[in-house]
This record gives sequence, C-alpha cells and structure tokens, in this order.
Amino acid sequence: MVSSWIIGIIVVVVLLIIYIYNSLIKLRMRVNNAWSQIDVQLKRRFDLIPNLISTVKGYMKHEKGVLEEVTKARASLVTGSMQQKAKASNQITDALKSIFAVAESYPQLKANENFKMLQEELSGTESKIAYARQFYNDSVMLFNEALQVFPKNIFAKLFGFKEREFFSTKGKERENVKVEF
Amino acid sequence: MGIYEEIASNKRRSFFLIFFFFGMVILLGLVIGLYYGSELFGIIFSLFIGFIYFLFSWYGGAGTILAMTKAKEATKPKYTHLINTVEGLSIAAGLPKPPKVYVIEDSALNAFATGRDPEHSSVTVTTGLLEKMNRLELEGVIAHELSHIKNFDIRVMLLASVMVGLTVLLSDFLLRSFLWGRRDRENNGVTIVLILVGFALAILAPIVGEIIKLSLSRKREYLADASGALLTRYPKGLADALRKIQNDPDPLVDHANKATAHLFISTPFRKTKSSFTKNLFSTHPPIEDRIKRLESM
Repeated sequence: MVSSWIIGIIVVVVLLIIYIYNSLIKLRMRVNNAWSQIDVQLKRRFDLIPNLISTVKGYMKHEKGVLEEVTKARASLVTGSMQQKAKASNQITDALKSIFAVAESYPQLKANENFKMLQEELSGTESKIAYARQFYNDSVMLFNEALQVFPKNIFAKLFGFKEREFFSTKGKERENVKVEF
Repeated sequence: MGIYEEIASNKRRSFFLIFFFFGMVILLGLVIGLYYGSELFGIIFSLFIGFIYFLFSWYGGAGTILAMTKAKEATKPKYTHLINTVEGLSIAAGLPKPPKVYVIEDSALNAFATGRDPEHSSVTVTTGLLEKMNRLELEGVIAHELSHIKNFDIRVMLLASVMVGLTVLLSDFLLRSFLWGRRDRENNGVTIVLILVGFALAILAPIVGEIIKLSLSRKREYLADASGALLTRYPKGLADALRKIQNDPDPLVDHANKATAHLFISTPFRKTKSSFTKNLFSTHPPIEDRIKRLESM
C-alpha cells in the first residue's frame, strides 16, 4: 500500500519535471528565434546602406561627415557581442536619421526614385528592427521570469539554464549619468 | 488571460465547434434518413456531403473569400509601405512568417484577415483605408488584423462559416424534400411527427448556428483590439482609426455581403438603429465601446 503511494508520487514528480523542462526549452527557443529575427533585419539594413551611400554621394558633396559616420557605424555592426551590436545599431539609426534630415535640403535628391525607394525600405527596416527588438525583449522577459519563479528556479539551475540579456534600447539613455560637482 | 492561453482556448473552441456541428449534421442526416426510409443512408449521405463541403472550404475558403471581395495581391513598389508595415508587425507578433497582403479597390475604410492558420493567412485592406489613415492608425488596424491571425480567430471563424453553410445546405435539402418529396407514402402519425420535428430542426439549426457564429465574432473583436494594442504599444492609433471608420460617411464595401461581413474590422454595411435583435445578429460590437476600451488602456 505504502509502496504504491511512493510510486504514485514519483510518477507525478517525474511528469512535473518533464513539463517544466519542456516549457523552459520552449521559452528558450522563442528567445533564440526572436534574436535571429533581429539579426535578419540588421543584416538587411547592413546590405541597404551601401546602396544609399552610392545614391546619395553624388548629391551631397558637402556632407562627407554624415556619410562617413554611417559607414563607420556599419562596419562595427558585423562583429561583437549583443551589447556591441545593440550599440552599433543605435548609432546607425541616429546616423541614418541625420542623412535623411540633411536630404530634406536637396530637392533633386528627394525627387530621385531610387532614393525614395531606399528611404522607404530603410525606414521599414528600421521599424522592423524596433519590432524585432520588442518581441525579443518580451521573450527574454518571459524566459527570465520563468527561471526565477518557484519551483522552476530549482530545476532551471539543475539543468543549467542561464538568464538572457535584453537587447538594450537607446544606447544614450542607458549610459551612466555623470555627476559633477 | 495571456495570449498563449487565448490561443489554447481558441483551439478548444475550434474543436467544440467541429464537434457541435458534427452532431448537427448527424441529426439532420438522421431526419433525412427517416424521411427516405433508411437512417443509415441519411447519416452517410449527410456525412459525405459534410466531408466534401468541409474539404473545399478548409483549403479553398480563404481563396474564395478573397475572390468574392475582389481583393488583389499587393505588390511593391506601389504598396511598399503597406507590405513593410505588415512584415514589421508580424515580427512583433512573433508570427512564423508574414501573411500575404491584399488590397481591395474601394473608398470605404475597412480591413480583414482570413486563413486557416498563421502559415496560411492573409491580410486585406481597402485602398480607402490606405489613403485616409496616417501611419500610426494604419499600424493600429494591421495590428488588430494580425492579432486575429495570431490568436487563431481566423480558424475559428472559417470553421464557423463552414459549419453554418453546411447546416443551411442540409436543412435546405430537408425542407425541399418535405415540400416536393414523394407523396405516395402513407401519412401515418409517425411520419407527421417526423415531418414536424424535421421542419423545426431545419428552420432552427441554421439560426442557432448563425447566432453562435456571430457571438464568437463579437467577442473576438475586443480581444483583437487589446492584443493589437500590445503589438504597437500605442492603443490610441487603433482608437483614432476606429473613430475615422465610424465617421466615414460611406462604410459600404461594394463586394462585401452577409457571408463575409463578420471578417471585416467594422461592419461593412450602412449603419442602422441598434436594437436587441440587431445586437443578437450583428457581427461587431459597437464601435464607441471599442474606442472607450482602447482609450482606457
């Protein structure tokens, strides 16, 4: 009688562990998937930028600085950790904004069909990056939350699940505030 | 309720719908069978019709709807902005792949989503909507439609339409049999009772089906509004869009009809006064109510 109780309890516990393990795996897969979505869009923007530069170059002879900034930020996007990528991505966003702001004063450029198309594509990619980041950060939040709540935290530690980093939003807002006296 | 619980409950709902209408089909088949003198024949007959009807609608239903509303696939570069918006919000919703994008040439402001699952789905908007909505409002509308896709509402609604269509078809067959059927059979008591029960069933079944379908549709709208706002993180966008839709003097979508009305983001017909029966049979909750809920988020 007692032994059948014990067996029953063991079965329940094993089922519970399987359930917890699978749910954590699922959450982690969603995080990985979300991260690859960001990567796809970053790559897309990476590929679009040279086209933009070559279209714009002819018109903006006096704005070399802005163009160089984008090229530099683009180069730093290829390698690095998630935080470095996030930072580079934010720099590109800012640099692109200034290119499009400057373009406002070049009516010929603004009328260029190729430029218009690139602007639409780039701003589309820009918002896709923002959405991908939103989805990624949501997924990370759910995953990290699952790793911390009881009793999942015990098994998460047992199976070696590690918390994931958020893809930080604006680089500038994140910097420590310097206090000067 | 979280979005994943919603999806699970929608899958249960789909199952319940199939189960319920399966019972209805068998019941109608039984009555048909009793009338023609062989219960087995009736049930097999109606299950066979049901199976064929189901297959056609499951795989061809979305295409039929798109053809009926004269929707055309949106292409770049004309609709680049629309396609980008759909793709971006699909990423935010975590959809496995973005749905296909269609456009209806119509000045009315409306949109709908259809399909059997997120992998086989589409979003359609009218050209009027594209012209009159700003970026934030368009995002609100698209997010609402993508929520229907993500929540599997499209599947529930497709199934509901299939089932209602099927019960109407079978009931119609039954009624016609009564009216034009063989007169040579003896009119004993059993036959008369059978005919009466059959009549009641044939008339009630489609109505009950329709009411179930519509009440499902209304509930889905509030939920899609809420989860759409979660995608854009800006409920005001959809609220503004709905207000524009409400104030639109010509809400009639030319190629919308009763069969497709429940799909649209707002009723594609002219406004009429609301009353109890109107509420029972309306496909959408009142727009003011939806705006109020969005603004209090």
